Amino acid sequence: MKAKTVDRIATGVIVAIAVLILAVLAGLLGYLLVRGLRHISFDFLTSPPQTIKAGGGIGPQLFNSLFLLVLTMIITIPLGLGAGIYMSEYAKENRFTAFVRLIVEVLSSFPSIVIGLFGLLVIVNRFGLGFSLLSGALALTVFNLPMMVRITEQSLRSVPREQKEAGLALGISRWRTITQVMLPVALPSIVTGTILAAGRVFGEAAALLFTAGMSSPRLDFTDWNPLSPTSPLNPLRPAETLAVHIWKINSEGLAPDAPEIAAGASAVLVITVLLFNLGARWFGRLLYRKLTASK
Amino acid sequence: MKKSLLLLMTFVLALTLAACGNKGNNGANGAASPSESPSASGSASPSEEKLTGSILATGSTALQPLVEQVAQKFMADSKYSGITVQVQGGGSGTGLTQVSEGQADIGNSDIFAEEKFKDADAPKAKELVDHQVAVVAMAAVAHPKVGVDNLTKQQLVDIFTGKITNWKDVGGADQKIVIINRPSSSGTRKTFENYALGTKTEDLPGSIQQDSSGTVKKLVAETPGAIAYLALSYLDDTVQVLKYDGVEPTVENVTSGKYPVWAYEHMYTKGEPTPVVKAFLDYMMSEEIQNADVKELNFIPITSMQIARDANGNVTQK
Amino acid sequence: MNLSYKEVKRDTAVQASKPFPKHRIEEWRGKAYVYVCILVLIVTIFSIVYFIAVRGLTPFVSGGVGVGEMLFGKVWDPDAEQPLYGALPFLYGSFATSLLAAAIAAPLGFCAAIFMTEMMPKLGRTVLQPAIELLAGIPSVVYGFVGLSVIVPFLRHTFPGQGIGIMAGSIVLSIMILPTVTTIATDALRSLPSGLKEGSYALGATRWQTISRIILPTTLPSLLTGIVLGIARAFGEALAVQMVIGNAPHIPDSLFESAATLTSIITLSMGNTTLGSAHNNALWSLALILLLMTFVFVFIVRLLERRAKR
Repeated sequence: MKAKTVDRIATGVIVAIAVLILAVLAGLLGYLLVRGLRHISFDFLTSPPQTIKAGGGIGPQLFNSLFLLVLTMIITIPLGLGAGIYMSEYAKENRFTAFVRLIVEVLSSFPSIVIGLFGLLVIVNRFGLGFSLLSGALALTVFNLPMMVRITEQSLRSVPREQKEAGLALGISRWRTITQVMLPVALPSIVTGTILAAGRVFGEAAALLFTAGMSSPRLDFTDWNPLSPTSPLNPLRPAETLAVHIWKINSEGLAPDAPEIAAGASAVLVITVLLFNLGARWFGRLLYRKLTASK
Repeated sequence: MKKSLLLLMTFVLALTLAACGNKGNNGANGAASPSESPSASGSASPSEEKLTGSILATGSTALQPLVEQVAQKFMADSKYSGITVQVQGGGSGTGLTQVSEGQADIGNSDIFAEEKFKDADAPKAKELVDHQVAVVAMAAVAHPKVGVDNLTKQQLVDIFTGKITNWKDVGGADQKIVIINRPSSSGTRKTFENYALGTKTEDLPGSIQQDSSGTVKKLVAETPGAIAYLALSYLDDTVQVLKYDGVEPTVENVTSGKYPVWAYEHMYTKGEPTPVVKAFLDYMMSEEIQNADVKELNFIPITSMQIARDANGNVTQK
Repeated sequence: MNLSYKEVKRDTAVQASKPFPKHRIEEWRGKAYVYVCILVLIVTIFSIVYFIAVRGLTPFVSGGVGVGEMLFGKVWDPDAEQPLYGALPFLYGSFATSLLAAAIAAPLGFCAAIFMTEMMPKLGRTVLQPAIELLAGIPSVVYGFVGLSVIVPFLRHTFPGQGIGIMAGSIVLSIMILPTVTTIATDALRSLPSGLKEGSYALGATRWQTISRIILPTTLPSLLTGIVLGIARAFGEALAVQMVIGNAPHIPDSLFESAATLTSIITLSMGNTTLGSAHNNALWSLALILLLMTFVFVFIVRLLERRAKR
């Protein structure tokens, strides 16, 4: 009898806590969206910010966030895939592999501020890249890389052994088996993982404060020459991302509608991350269906 | 499925992108790098030929909005269409570091370089040339319900050193005082300590420290019994502005020298500025900027100041 | 099928590479590529450690600051005539906030994991799990923003003090690390052999008895792993904490009094100091402490994982 009562109480507590977590999340999202959605309009999403007048938007910041993400991915994906392939296929069980594994683990748990400071010291100052998109992308690569390595390794390991053996049995090289037999099979989970990792990059601010800078020069969206300083594509211009912008207007904002802009920008950020999460799942499933159907 | 080829291509693309970017940067910076021709600018005649080059200004986040706005106007001016100006934040310390190491052409700072480069670094400050472009004044502010609108210098000192801990001791409501300070490295705090308190203060237990004016203002408005100091541009109805020894913090009182809590906004160059940088600094000092943009962003035009002050705090009548 | 996995690999690799030089070139290229990637990883981590260590050790090597003075000194006053670099208040703040955050998040995360695996797997998988993953995706600046506009005023009205302090920081952090703790706990519970649970139920044990006497003890090392990873994340979080903790460089008397963490003091002062000045170098030392703590956390996680495997 007593055990049953305890069981009932425990069940109640656990359910209550699950409900509490959902309530916190719903409250959090509700708070951000209700306060922010009112302020979101096409104009808000496309116009440049204003320093002291009301009515500024987040156009350049949104573009910067996306562009920075693309740059980071261009650097991270090839490196991460390569290292992941090594970890799952080429690594022998020896000291060196254990060491590399340790490195991946340590890298992924470095605080973002330490990476930011490293970026400031080495990438910004020593390499002379200045506060720029490229510096920001390199700093973000540092955290994204270990995630990418892990995703690739896990995805490749989950490929059925028969498929790999079939490839090897046909007499094609190991590299070819990996890239042409195993990678396509592992692709859906790699893509899903990559997009999820990208969502985290999108919201990162601490490391970017010290590397990509807190200013956003006037952009000329008709100039697509990557070498021109006002071109949006120039990787060496300073760029304030959406997350950094929220930090900045919360702390130094002079515009009379700064709180609304912060709320609106937060809502945009949360929605984007939400889209990343949903998109990753949808795209992964789609890819899976495509790849398995074509065979 | 040409996966490997694709991989290789993206990799190569990334590398070339990085390399191209690098070249672009070096080329552009080389034209205007202040360290290359530190003394040549005196003889150059900027008005004759069209200036080309790029300028990088880094540093103080307080000064950043003004420099950004002026830079946009400057670049839009057909006379200077060959020049591009990039403005970045990072804080006064970063600005001074970068200009003194030649990474930036202009270092924006809230305080004199002599106050940042001390002891072993003192020679670095000597290499820098100071261009004072605006004045920023600060006011002590409090939570609206403290019931006080004036504090004497001594009262302020007692509050910030922890001798007075309740508003009723300075004639206000019975409410514990909560100090919202800046970090000890902050230029704003140095200015307040030098010119309002006249003494260095320690970080008291229980005091809050925030570096950003927006957060300070939010906290003062919300925290009962709070006291802090803010640049004039941040003042509004949500906080109680405190008079200093009976003097109201207004632009007139600052320019005439009655209200002492203010500081210069500096734009430092390493050595004398190059023609390109000089053109920008001259533009910054021109009447059309000083009387329009500087005022619009709630700075006080440097040209309207009737007094001057040096790094040691000695005030002279102009 | 009798051949072990390794042998198959070796055999085919040998066969494949012998007769066709083209394949060999291909293989060689592929290998070179993956080794370059690994090299990049290694170079990255060594340069991070090297550069931060060089800066961070300067105060001890040439600045005349003792290691003990920094680790156990209670006064942080780098701009005084006689500068003092006691980082104990920050260490205290960092440990207090992250441990307290873990203390809040651990039971919540564990209960959520139980709910998702033992009680209502379907509802858990379709609603609770995506919801928790979403928490992980919300950027830290947004957490700071919400903390400053919701949690701090709430604490100010409910408890004595200004609302700002270790408690506010811990609450914000606990929400941030909840996904880490929950995900790892869920994985551990799912991978439990089902025979273990069924045996317990067959013996007539209630669900709670099964959870508390069978499931909890067997999954404990994995649960602890999740908690340590959560603490590690909380320890290194900067912006969200800086906005709500108050940043006074003192050891606070209560959880509702302004305090500071290693990260908050770094973000606060780094931009204001010039590179190479004594104050700036001291901040790098704090960053070095953060870096070393990361190694400590990874070490603890490894120990726990080794135990979980047994």
